Amino acid sequence: MLVKIALLGLVLAIAIFGAFPLIEQQQWLGLALLVLVTAVIFWVYLSPRRIPAKYLIPGTLFLLAFQVFPVLYTMSTAFTNFGDAHRGSKEDAIQAIEGASITKVEGSTDYRLAVATEGDPITGDIVFLLTDFETKQSQVGTSDGLEPLPPEGVQLSPLGNVTEAPGYTILTIGAAGAREEDLADFSVPTENGAIVAAGLTRAFEGAPQRAYDEACDCIKDAETGQTWTADETDGLFVDDQGENLAQGWQVNVGLRNFADVVTDPLIAKYFFRTLVWNLAFAALTVAGTFALGLLVAVVLNHERLKGQRIYRSLLILPYAMPAFAMLLLWRDMFNTDFGLINRMFGTEVNWFGKPVTAMIAVLLVQLWMGYPYMFLVATGALQSIPGDLKEAASVDGAKPVYAFRTIIFPLLLVALAPLMIASFAFNFNNFNAIYMVSEGGPFPPDNPQIGATDLLITYTYRLAFGAQGAQYGFAAAVSVFIFLIVAVFSIIGFRRTRALEEVN
Amino acid sequence: MRVRRTTLALLMAGLMVLLAGCGSGGGASDSGSEGVSLTIWADDKYSRAIKESATKWGELNDVQVNVQAVSKDLQTVYVTAAQAGKGPDLVMGAHDWIGNLVQNGTVDPLQLTDDTRAAFNELALQGVTYNGQIYGIPYAIENVVLFRNTDLAPQAPRTLEELVAKGKELKAAGKVSEIMALPVGPNGDAYHMYPIYTSAGGYLFGKGAEGDYDPKDLGLSKPEAARAFERIGELGEKGEGALKRSISPDNVTSIFTGKKTAFLLSGPWQIPDVEKSGVPYEITPIPGFQGGKEARPFVGVQAMYVASQGRFKSLAQEFATNYFIQPEVAVALYKADRRPPPLKAAFEEVSKTDPDMAKILDAGKNGDIMPAIPEMATVWDPLGKAQSATVGGAPPGSTVAAAAKAIEGQIK
Repeated sequence: MLVKIALLGLVLAIAIFGAFPLIEQQQWLGLALLVLVTAVIFWVYLSPRRIPAKYLIPGTLFLLAFQVFPVLYTMSTAFTNFGDAHRGSKEDAIQAIEGASITKVEGSTDYRLAVATEGDPITGDIVFLLTDFETKQSQVGTSDGLEPLPPEGVQLSPLGNVTEAPGYTILTIGAAGAREEDLADFSVPTENGAIVAAGLTRAFEGAPQRAYDEACDCIKDAETGQTWTADETDGLFVDDQGENLAQGWQVNVGLRNFADVVTDPLIAKYFFRTLVWNLAFAALTVAGTFALGLLVAVVLNHERLKGQRIYRSLLILPYAMPAFAMLLLWRDMFNTDFGLINRMFGTEVNWFGKPVTAMIAVLLVQLWMGYPYMFLVATGALQSIPGDLKEAASVDGAKPVYAFRTIIFPLLLVALAPLMIASFAFNFNNFNAIYMVSEGGPFPPDNPQIGATDLLITYTYRLAFGAQGAQYGFAAAVSVFIFLIVAVFSIIGFRRTRALEEVN
Repeated sequence: MRVRRTTLALLMAGLMVLLAGCGSGGGASDSGSEGVSLTIWADDKYSRAIKESATKWGELNDVQVNVQAVSKDLQTVYVTAAQAGKGPDLVMGAHDWIGNLVQNGTVDPLQLTDDTRAAFNELALQGVTYNGQIYGIPYAIENVVLFRNTDLAPQAPRTLEELVAKGKELKAAGKVSEIMALPVGPNGDAYHMYPIYTSAGGYLFGKGAEGDYDPKDLGLSKPEAARAFERIGELGEKGEGALKRSISPDNVTSIFTGKKTAFLLSGPWQIPDVEKSGVPYEITPIPGFQGGKEARPFVGVQAMYVASQGRFKSLAQEFATNYFIQPEVAVALYKADRRPPPLKAAFEEVSKTDPDMAKILDAGKNGDIMPAIPEMATVWDPLGKAQSATVGGAPPGSTVAAAAKAIEGQIK
């Protein structure tokens, strides 16, 4: 009862904690969802009935939050051009274009600036007290324009910033910083543009060269008269030559990303080869680690072996060490001239120079990284097999090898097959194993895009992020394809497992 | 009736837990007095370096300054955060980010007075200028130089041929095992190879009328590039053996500090390790091919940027354009990481005690500013791989053509 109170209290606390930012950002849909989820949780747990729901709810919520939502998000991203230069909204892009085009009006003066208010420093209207760099003449700038500052009682700092002026409160840098929201919109209009602050102690007369015109839905350059018209299908401003401005915005591109994946000549040309190697990599890694892990487990499971615990702890070491560091270490050990492996065997193999040796190298690394896990689970499974089965077999006259093959191994498979499928799915997308060791190489000299040991995932990564910055939309589309491939193989795998279980 | 009472009790208890949670949370977030603060993001090294001067400025102006270290992928983290409205007010990073920051609308141009401009090294200002606007305040400048073990090679080589000959001589005498150490690695390193590529006559992007790089003029698809690759191949594994794929960014330092070679082609970030190893060294410009062009390294600039979406933008501009340009700040940053300060006054001061700074700047004075255009991102990977393949003995002509094709396909 007490635990229940505490947990429900925690749920409510988290919900309200999450509600504030949602309200602040006016995310009403998210808020509604939050309220709904919280209400359902309370409705289920505050009642003595609804027992099945009590068991189902936590799992379902986590499934939704960590599986379904990311998949849906990835899929929805795949229909946009989200990526570098297309991250924000059109308004953001326009603001960025206009902001980047503000330049100093030619021949205009620089000003020393003191930010001041008329009256109270926190609520009073902002004014700029400006002193000409050259003439040391001071003026008052308001949103109506410039007017001279009466010199009586005005004090200047050695640099020329006004430090005292009757009728005005001079703000310190900290106090001026606090008025950011008012300062952001403040400028002193002039004939050629406006005087804007450069920091809080200097100002200059500047004007944006480019401005957005709603009438033509385009950006106009004041100086050259050039125009860039909004192109809503690409999320870019494009001129009549087809040249676009760098800053774009995010738009929905429909199925274009998927079409690009299918029609990209590089993807089409190498997809099959990469898929085959990818399957081989995952299958060989699982088979290799399983075989080695099982072998070691069987050997160490023998009753008469002394020091089992020491061996076992030593064997899990590779599993316990940080994988990142180990992968980098292995990469260095395979170095042609300075690596441990070539030195130890006195060979001069350029491991990452040839496709076959590079494949062997990454598989060896995975074998070393992966077998302790298989050893652990195999040991567990072996110990859970009742000893009388073995005894019965030996009473019936079965030799140990025969007994293992016909009785123990099938029983092991029942327990371990789901783990092997999971391991296969993991290794199918084992990004680090390739990226940290061979980086997908070696690359054929005539094609720097796809290497001999590239998995689909490392290849995708290079396609999506190696080029013009990040292209999340495109990457998401490729991920959807990879998701489908892995899903198909997993379904086939689990079907097979069910067949195994029927043997039982 | 009984049920309802339980329900009520549960609700009350829940509320109390909630209130307790709010109480402690509210107290912590209330500590910022006026709510005026300035947040700076930098990598591990520079966040430590800027902290003292930034805090001092904050105390002076009654502003709370938060310096936060982002140890990995600072540029991507920053762009993503800025876009979500959760970014800092200022960010410190390399000048070749500018193109990407601008296309994502996450950085604002800065207006510097003529005096301020004149206080900076010309090349550094050129680095932070993009489309005619200055986007950052430079605080370090860097380029690849030649580190020479003066015990093994007392004379600085005047040409690349001389360097290779000396290296071979030392190798034949059994004093070293490598002719020189220039990082190549299995997938290449286009940054370090650039001086050799330019000395052999290659270029990456042509320059437009205003001195900006022009992505339409790709030097790799020109015949000069093929010739330059031929010369890289001649230095490679099937030729002189001076360039090797087994030498990578991860082991160049130890090859030089372990006295396995007399020559290291790398940047100022190697100085601490080289100095610690006790190897007597001298820094000189990277020599070019005999009769070839000058070996021009890439010049990189580290700069401070004002975030477009920052909460206290005026304050950030004040910090960047009026405080960050003080020599004391530049010297403090130099002390944290020994690279030449682009601020002339600070450079003069540190040069008094550190002669290496002038040598590095001298080695880069005719270098090429690393292109900041977003298209450059498409170049690194294919170019590096093509160079690595050429070093390994692949036919230079078709290799560079394939790289050019791949890059052109990406630029579109």
